Amino acid sequence: MADLTTEFAGITSPNPFWLASAPPTDKEYNVRRAFEAGWGGVVWKTLGAEGPPVVNVNGPRYGAVWGADRRLLGLNNIELITDRPLETNLEEMARVKADYPDRALIASIMVPCEEAAWKAILPRVAETGADGIELNFGCPHGMSERGMGSAVGQVPEYIEMVTRWCKEYYDKPVIVKLTPNITDIRYPARAAHNGGADAVSLINTVSSITSVNLDTMSPEPSIDGKGSHGGYCGPAVKPIALNMVAEIARDPETAGLPISGIGGVTTWRDAAEFLALGAGNVQVCTAAMTYGFKVVQEMAAGLSQWMDDKGYKSVAEVTGLATPNVTDWQYLNLNFITKAEIDQDACIKCGRCYAACEDTSHQAIAMSADRTFTVKDEECVACNLCVNVCPVEGCITMRELPTGETDPRTGKPVQDDYANWTMHPNNPSAQAAE
Amino acid sequence: MRNSHLTPGVVPGRLSPDDYHDNFSDKAPPFDAHEAAVAADRCYFCHDAPCMTACPTTIDIPLFIREIQTGQPKAAARTILEQNILGGMCARVCPTEQLCEEVCVREVAEGKPVEIGRLQRFATDALMAAGGHPFARAPETGKRIAIVGAGPAGLSCAHRLAMHGHDVVLYDARAKPGGLNEYGIAAYKTVNDFAQAEVAWLMGIGGITIETGKALGRDLHLDTLRGTFDAVFLAIGLAGVNALRIDGEETTHIRDAVDFISELRQAGDLSKIAVGRDVVVIGGGMTAVDAAVQSKLLGAEHVTMVYRRGRERMSASEHEQDHAASKGVRIITGAVPVRFIGKDALEAIEFRYTEETPDGLRETGQTFRLKADQLFKAIGQSLDGAPQGLDLCGRKIAVTGPGRTSLPNVWAGGDCASGGDDLTVTAVAEGRDAAEDIHAQLMV
Repeated sequence: MADLTTEFAGITSPNPFWLASAPPTDKEYNVRRAFEAGWGGVVWKTLGAEGPPVVNVNGPRYGAVWGADRRLLGLNNIELITDRPLETNLEEMARVKADYPDRALIASIMVPCEEAAWKAILPRVAETGADGIELNFGCPHGMSERGMGSAVGQVPEYIEMVTRWCKEYYDKPVIVKLTPNITDIRYPARAAHNGGADAVSLINTVSSITSVNLDTMSPEPSIDGKGSHGGYCGPAVKPIALNMVAEIARDPETAGLPISGIGGVTTWRDAAEFLALGAGNVQVCTAAMTYGFKVVQEMAAGLSQWMDDKGYKSVAEVTGLATPNVTDWQYLNLNFITKAEIDQDACIKCGRCYAACEDTSHQAIAMSADRTFTVKDEECVACNLCVNVCPVEGCITMRELPTGETDPRTGKPVQDDYANWTMHPNNPSAQAAE
Repeated sequence: MRNSHLTPGVVPGRLSPDDYHDNFSDKAPPFDAHEAAVAADRCYFCHDAPCMTACPTTIDIPLFIREIQTGQPKAAARTILEQNILGGMCARVCPTEQLCEEVCVREVAEGKPVEIGRLQRFATDALMAAGGHPFARAPETGKRIAIVGAGPAGLSCAHRLAMHGHDVVLYDARAKPGGLNEYGIAAYKTVNDFAQAEVAWLMGIGGITIETGKALGRDLHLDTLRGTFDAVFLAIGLAGVNALRIDGEETTHIRDAVDFISELRQAGDLSKIAVGRDVVVIGGGMTAVDAAVQSKLLGAEHVTMVYRRGRERMSASEHEQDHAASKGVRIITGAVPVRFIGKDALEAIEFRYTEETPDGLRETGQTFRLKADQLFKAIGQSLDGAPQGLDLCGRKIAVTGPGRTSLPNVWAGGDCASGGDDLTVTAVAEGRDAAEDIHAQLMV
């Protein structure tokens, strides 16, 4: 089995699976259980400043979106940072770290945007023996109204300023956790980088309302008939997170900055995808909240098995393998031509491809009286919708037309050269290829 | 002393009260809401769905399943009932494995269809439980239609005509309406007096009067009806029962399966129904299966179904055959009864094996005997008491198009009319279509 030992921003853990700072990591009891189950690291639930802790609502904290058979697809929370005294958390962290020296233990911190506040808390965190800190600039609910969390993460200047303070008053790795509730993720990442961050982690949760109770007309989760936006996470946010990780990974200004990938990691495959797009490790929350800590065993075994099958020797070797293949639309090869092809033996004749193509696409699928579905190559633009709506995996595939074959739709032979939009005659600002 | 399955002869009370209760409870219990959501989610919402084509009443199955899936079972029921007003009963008794579920793409692909029948029951149960009637009646037309026979065809026709604003008088020869829904279906397929509940609910449309105990040819005459009403719809079913034509058919404990099934359905106390220790059922259809299975459920020790042709020719579906086998019914195919043995009461039956030849079925001469103290005949029903003056097609009333008979202003549908598969759902479709045709003709 491939060794999953991971070094992330100078922090070593036996595998790349960390529990994200969230309800599962709020206290010693849970964290010990997590380490016993096999998690490589834990980012402790966010600590606040000394003094009376925050309070949480006393009604529901979570809302959800479900798929078939009530499979949890998305979770939304309005829980705040830890509501236990700072001292209690620090004592517990020190005990746990002492008992699990091989695991990564990171302290997540959120205090007001004042230098004194950070200067006060950092030495105390350092005393616990934690391996590093994560700056919570991400939470979109509650704390942001008090000028913390995503309120900081949405202002690159603040990110850079606070990161700089942390690097000044703390000598272990500083990870900056980013909010996705911005327009371009590269700006906050660059700010963290400029402030001297050792790594970034993303995404934090997405501002959201999961549902509305149509009887009471209250958003869910409902607190006495009212609802407040929460932070959305779970499998549903993974595509958003993957894109943001890739954007930072391929940005020349942040090249080489370690990224901890977060957002809907539920299986080993999700983790592998984050790694491939440039993450050095991953953080998990919703999967653990849904299935318990044992899920890490599937994740670790699956990733290791896949690495064996592919011949990868380390997690570091996987990191960034797909990053060079993420590009801008304008550079996609317009001479790459494919056509949908239906495997008649695999087809179960449901007709979904036909309905989708006929009603909403290019009328490129023919249906016979005996329910045989065939692709009309002369109409097919290779949009892939039929593949996506087909309930049988592998039944419809896209066939690449070889060079020289005539595309029946355009009547032109397939060219073997690469040509993108920047070179296309329809582009008013096209640059000549020659 | 109480009787048991070993008590010789035809006796009641072979089981404990708990066993009677368990044996005759709902055969396919209803889905709860979560089960329905999971089952509904398996539907692919096929384009021009094969299930819909296979349904004799053309229910928009993908649409009603999607309505269940999105949490609107009552809207789903409306989708069903617009096409098939007896959607509740059909959900219970339709041989779905030969109709919608047989052609479900998931049956074809993985041998496990979407459970359309049970989903239909979930929807229709939800609507009926909510009370009220989902359809409104059009303004009264002043037209009056007589319907003879309050079975599936008659009820379906009556509802559709009433909905169009006509006045309907629905006659039936028996004491209760419902036809075979009330008298001809195994008790465990339609528990809690569902057939009567469904009729009462259907009557909620208004404009329908039911008169029971009125038989055609005895209390009613077609000529009179034609003179009194604007149109007549005949849905008299198949009241006659085919005979075996063997000496001694009148021997005690040899009876028609339909009577046994009817007695069971009407029984207040199942422990009062006598059943043999060794029961033989002759026939290969649903009636034979219902009689055989229920004999077993009443505590008979041995129940054997004997059918004259091969298993593939049995009109009972494979699903029904499997159900019978799972209840311990033995099925013998390729044999016909030739002699009853026993002096006062039946003791055994002698059979002769048969074989299929190019000239038809032939007896081989080889014989065997089955011990039997009770025998049920289920070899088919026939038209009985069709009024004079109607053209027949084979042994049924000849109809063309949507149930038009050879007489003006007289329509026919259900089992008594030519065509169709003698299924509840077919009868519903025929009743509905005849109603639309009657409406169209009367409103010219």
